[in-house]
Amino acid sequence: MDLDIDPESAVFRDEVRAWLADNVPRQGLPSMDTAEGFAAHREWEARLAEERLSVVTWPVEYTGREASLLQWLLFEEEYYAAGAPGRVGQNGIFMLAPTLFAHGSTEQRDRILPAMARGEQVWAQAWSEPEAGSDIAALRSSAVRTEGGWLVSGQKTWSSRAAFADRAFGLFRSDPDSERHRGLTYLMIDLRADGVTVRPIPQLDGEPGFAELFFDEVFVPDEDVIGTPGDGWRVAMTTANNERGLSLRSPGRFLASADRLVRLWEACGEPAATASRVADAWIDTRAYQLYTYGTATRLADGEQLGPESSVNKLAWSSVDVALHETALDVLGADGELASPWVEGYLFSLAGPIYGGTDQIQRNTIAERVLGLPREERR
Amino acid sequence: MRFALSPEQRDFAAALDELLAGADTPGVAREWAERRFEPGRKLWRELADLGVWGLLVPEEHGGADAEPADAVVALEACGYHAVPGPVVETTVVAPRLLGGDELARVAAGESMVTAAIPPEVPRALDADAADVVLRLDGTAVQRISSDMDSGGRMPSIDATRGLFPAAEHGEVLGAARPHAFALGVLGVSAQLLGAARRMLAMATEYASQRRQYGRAIGQYQAVKHLLADVTVSLTMARPLVDGAAVTLASGAAEPVVMRDISAAKVAATRAALLAARTSLQVHGAIGYTAEHDLGLWLTKVRALAGAWGTADAHRTRVLTAVRGEHAD
Ligand SMILES: Cc1cc2nc3c(=O)[nH]c(=O)nc-3n(C[C@H](O)[C@H](O)[C@H](O)COP(=O)(O)OP(=O)(O)OC[C@H]3O[C@@H](n4cnc5c(N)ncnc54)[C@H](O)[C@@H]3O)c2cc1C
Repeated sequence: MDLDIDPESAVFRDEVRAWLADNVPRQGLPSMDTAEGFAAHREWEARLAEERLSVVTWPVEYTGREASLLQWLLFEEEYYAAGAPGRVGQNGIFMLAPTLFAHGSTEQRDRILPAMARGEQVWAQAWSEPEAGSDIAALRSSAVRTEGGWLVSGQKTWSSRAAFADRAFGLFRSDPDSERHRGLTYLMIDLRADGVTVRPIPQLDGEPGFAELFFDEVFVPDEDVIGTPGDGWRVAMTTANNERGLSLRSPGRFLASADRLVRLWEACGEPAATASRVADAWIDTRAYQLYTYGTATRLADGEQLGPESSVNKLAWSSVDVALHETALDVLGADGELASPWVEGYLFSLAGPIYGGTDQIQRNTIAERVLGLPREERR
Repeated sequence: MRFALSPEQRDFAAALDELLAGADTPGVAREWAERRFEPGRKLWRELADLGVWGLLVPEEHGGADAEPADAVVALEACGYHAVPGPVVETTVVAPRLLGGDELARVAAGESMVTAAIPPEVPRALDADAADVVLRLDGTAVQRISSDMDSGGRMPSIDATRGLFPAAEHGEVLGAARPHAFALGVLGVSAQLLGAARRMLAMATEYASQRRQYGRAIGQYQAVKHLLADVTVSLTMARPLVDGAAVTLASGAAEPVVMRDISAAKVAATRAALLAARTSLQVHGAIGYTAEHDLGLWLTKVRALAGAWGTADAHRTRVLTAVRGEHAD
């Protein structure tokens, strides 16, 4: 057992570090949940792609570098330590792309991935519906067979980035007589198509971080179906495991926050009252980093991620909340003033909700990791 | 011993609740956040009719000369209904800082008062709305210019709270009566209790209506237990707040007063932050929207957690006081 970084990965890390030091916008970018900020973040994605730093693990032909998972983790550590902008393209990059690699056609990959990597097409996820939140299999939005494709109708909601995004992906009920996980089809939809209405929804911070999507007989061509019609649930599970697992929130982001917290605590005169919580934030973040190195090792050995990715999600979502609560407490009376810490705090509060709530993750751990009897529910 | 609200206090709470429940306070708060104060001022005048602002004002100045416990009742109601504005400053702090004529205006609902008490309260809340802006250093009360426009406002996580740096030099009014800070801490603790109770009520109602996986989410033990934990935390915070009000009224020595007041702030903050997180969790994504009213309370309690001394600062005060008792 060791924690050594191989020479090739070290070279890669140093290159990333140097490039970020020269190129990360000093003043940061305006919020990606504003039209102006969205455009700025899109340009930033293009900058990254020029350097082949947008999607480092992808194949070379899709602007990647075929980096290993460990190298990606190092990339993420450098990225967040440098204070680089949030990834406006992340829904596509970390959720749709893995699905395309696993279930898409070559034509789809060729058409979709390069534009995604360059931020030319920004993707939103469209799973949730008003009555289908945690219970996603209760979804009702429909896809009806038509000449050369499908006509999609219904409503999706809480779709992050959808206020400004170009396209969306999600599950639709293609067999009207089906129930639950059966009869669903995985579709990619142009949000500018006829019949699509996007209603941005302001979040706690006042910015429209997500949106409601209304579909009224929107035509989706066959080329935008991923996998076999009716087999959408199985196709989507690749994405879900990715979200809960590694890719949604790599340790880099939290390591950087923990570091900033320690510096904030120092700058505030090292108040004794918060010392133990500051230390805990750092320790829990370090635990997540090491745990993830272990996961990356197992994946490199060819193992699959199973329900234990729920442990992963609970770990980062709770450390993120605790870390930001601690920062606000360290700031004392100034903690309520608008600041990156306040923004981070509000964002951290969503972590235990999206990507499967804390309660659902605990059910998964109890029932599928520990093997306890299943609680009664549909 | 009779450690419970009196029938009069219960009637007072019910009257406040009736008024505020019918006043669309979330709507008033949203207007206030846009610095449109008129609906808020109207609400404040209605609260004046119930005697809220004069509770701690002496009778000779048109007040009720009531107990801190009565102010706790009023401020908890303000917290429960998210009444915007410097409610704590006007109700419980102003009577320690202002002279008779000014207080008569406060009691009559003609004067909204805000105050900074550095270092714990470094800025004046809603000075752009207030009629009187005060600053207390030690025992010296100064009146600082109240013609602050909304331009100098520092935004808070709670959009209704506008914070203003309090200039160091103003017109000196005289010496403060004791316990201005302690009363502010007590008041904000009561506000936190009310906010916690409201968020718990919202989540409980939602849990019995929202269905997932074919049943009400309140049927799942995970959700039940979350709400039960908030109930325990809130139930144990309330006696500390009421008890602190009693201690304050009893004329106890300063360290004892501060011990009990600080304990109240710690427990009320804990309960309110737990209620906020839990209520958001139970609501799921809908609670994360600006359109849903939960955010009014969720952001308010986060702001109040750091206002009038953080829980950590008050924990230190408690320990200092208790250690002192042992030394005696
Ligand atoms: C910031 C943010 C961004 C989001 N982005 C997207 C997006 O891009 N695309 C998208 O499709 N969705 C998105 N979502 C939606 C997210 O996936 C849902 O909020 C989540 O699945 C929970 O659904 P819900 O909000 O309807 O809550 P509900 O499912 O109604 O849950 C309410 C409460 O009940 C609990 N509960 C439900 N079922 C059970 C059970 N069986 N046992 C125990 N407890 C239970 C939950 O844990 C929760 O506490 C986003 C949400 C947020 C907050």
